[in-house]
Amino acid sequence: MEYLSIVFQEVYKILFLLVPVLVSVAMIVWLDRRVWAFVQKRQGPNVVGPFGLLQSLADALKYIFKEIIIPSSSNKVIFILAPIVTMTLALIAWAVIPFSATQVLADINVGILYLFAVSSLGVYGIIMGGWASNSKYPFLGAIRSAAQMVSYEVSIGVIIINVLLCVGSLNLNDIVIAQQNMWFVIPLFPMFVIFFISALAETNRPPFDLPEAEAELVAGYQTEYSGMMYAMFWLGEYANILLMCAMGAILFLGGWMSPIDVYPFTLVPGAIWLILKILLLFILFALVKAIVPRYRYDQLMRLGWKVFLPLSLIWVVLTASYLFYFNLLPVN
Amino acid sequence: MIAHAIFFYTFSIIAVVSAIMVTASKNTVHSVFFLILDFISISCLFIMIGAEFLGMIMLIVYVGAVAVLFLFVVMMLNVAQQKNQWFAGQATSKHIPVGLIISTLIFFEIIIVIGGWKYKPEIFDINNSLANTSISNTHSLGQILYTDYIHVFQISGMILLVAMIGAIVLTFRQRSGVKKQSYIKQISRERAEGVEVLEVQSNKGVKIDD
Repeated sequence: MEYLSIVFQEVYKILFLLVPVLVSVAMIVWLDRRVWAFVQKRQGPNVVGPFGLLQSLADALKYIFKEIIIPSSSNKVIFILAPIVTMTLALIAWAVIPFSATQVLADINVGILYLFAVSSLGVYGIIMGGWASNSKYPFLGAIRSAAQMVSYEVSIGVIIINVLLCVGSLNLNDIVIAQQNMWFVIPLFPMFVIFFISALAETNRPPFDLPEAEAELVAGYQTEYSGMMYAMFWLGEYANILLMCAMGAILFLGGWMSPIDVYPFTLVPGAIWLILKILLLFILFALVKAIVPRYRYDQLMRLGWKVFLPLSLIWVVLTASYLFYFNLLPVN
Repeated sequence: MIAHAIFFYTFSIIAVVSAIMVTASKNTVHSVFFLILDFISISCLFIMIGAEFLGMIMLIVYVGAVAVLFLFVVMMLNVAQQKNQWFAGQATSKHIPVGLIISTLIFFEIIIVIGGWKYKPEIFDINNSLANTSISNTHSLGQILYTDYIHVFQISGMILLVAMIGAIVLTFRQRSGVKKQSYIKQISRERAEGVEVLEVQSNKGVKIDD
């Protein structure tokens, strides 16, 4: 009985986290399309509901009632598993995101490593989908995304090391609290820029959306998917984008902390600040999608390995020597 | 405690079964997927004994990078051909003695290690006393790795680097006649180099290529 009550409590907490995340994923798709449209002087989805807010719900309904087609030559188990893996991985990462000093589902010691591990596992959904489809375009998309995501993970890992050097802990709440006096975006600004661009590549967003480049590969790894399975890929992708924004907000923009530590701002709950910061980063993501043309594949690899990796490694050395020289290393 | 046992047996059964399936499955890509499942369940076991740093590093390094590269290579193989060759019997039978010798060696090594624990129980106590200190195991790993074993640690890093450079050198070939793009050249191109404005005379035209 005691076990059961604990389990119910946890399930309640998980639902309380996941339902808002899923709803906000739907909203964020609408926001993405709206921002994209406004940059191009269009209206975007504005018909369903007020300001078109319910457009994503209508889309989801449409996907649910469509037929799921499984290609006869595909590897069926892996074909069905792929969207499930993508979506699960995008959702389990939210367990460690702190919404305030106490509001966090799992306050684990190695929170940032967990986030990094889950985001690096995200590539499997795409590879599985692309391979199991047993078709040329999805396979090419999967190969591209595997190479791309592995490359940009490296620079994200090094950037995380930069932040960890200043914090001295792998706990996400500690990382947020370490930014009490100054957000890391100020001393580590070049790293923030590189993190933002790497996050674009990691989530396959334009200008790095080569795995699904519609001009060359139809729709890349999701070419053979239809109905709800396609929608799950989509949801997973946007949940991943939100997650990357949350990671950026926590690492560089002070997480749930208010921008200035004065009276009216401190009244606002931390969750609101975190959501505002995530939204700010997401609007930047959407703007980039609207204004930048797609990268060529070799340029993408060059940018990842020859520019970002050396730059972030040099910055690690600089940060470490600065902290060491001025005796600022966080020792506990 | 019951929940702990349930989780332990679930993860260890998954680990053992998927390890067997890595070698038993006919499709190489399925083997790699089982390998990934194995890695994940092993890292879950690590997390269960409180070694959360090791578990996460296992996920990041093995599942996030090494297994992706495995998949990357294996996916390129022609699976239809592979299926016929595998488990054919004749092709693999001559490797069985070698495999048996190696596996017996590893088995005896494991027995020696476990026997050491069995007959020298104080080693266990040392491990327990280290695990019970108040610092997190990330801190304790770092304090050992970067102080007492710094040279071994650095040397192992250098060996990995040398291996990487060696692999690149072995497969590197310089191809002549491949057109390369230089970004500096492309960006620093002036209008005068690329565009020429000519007066076109009536009824004569302009010759472009010489």
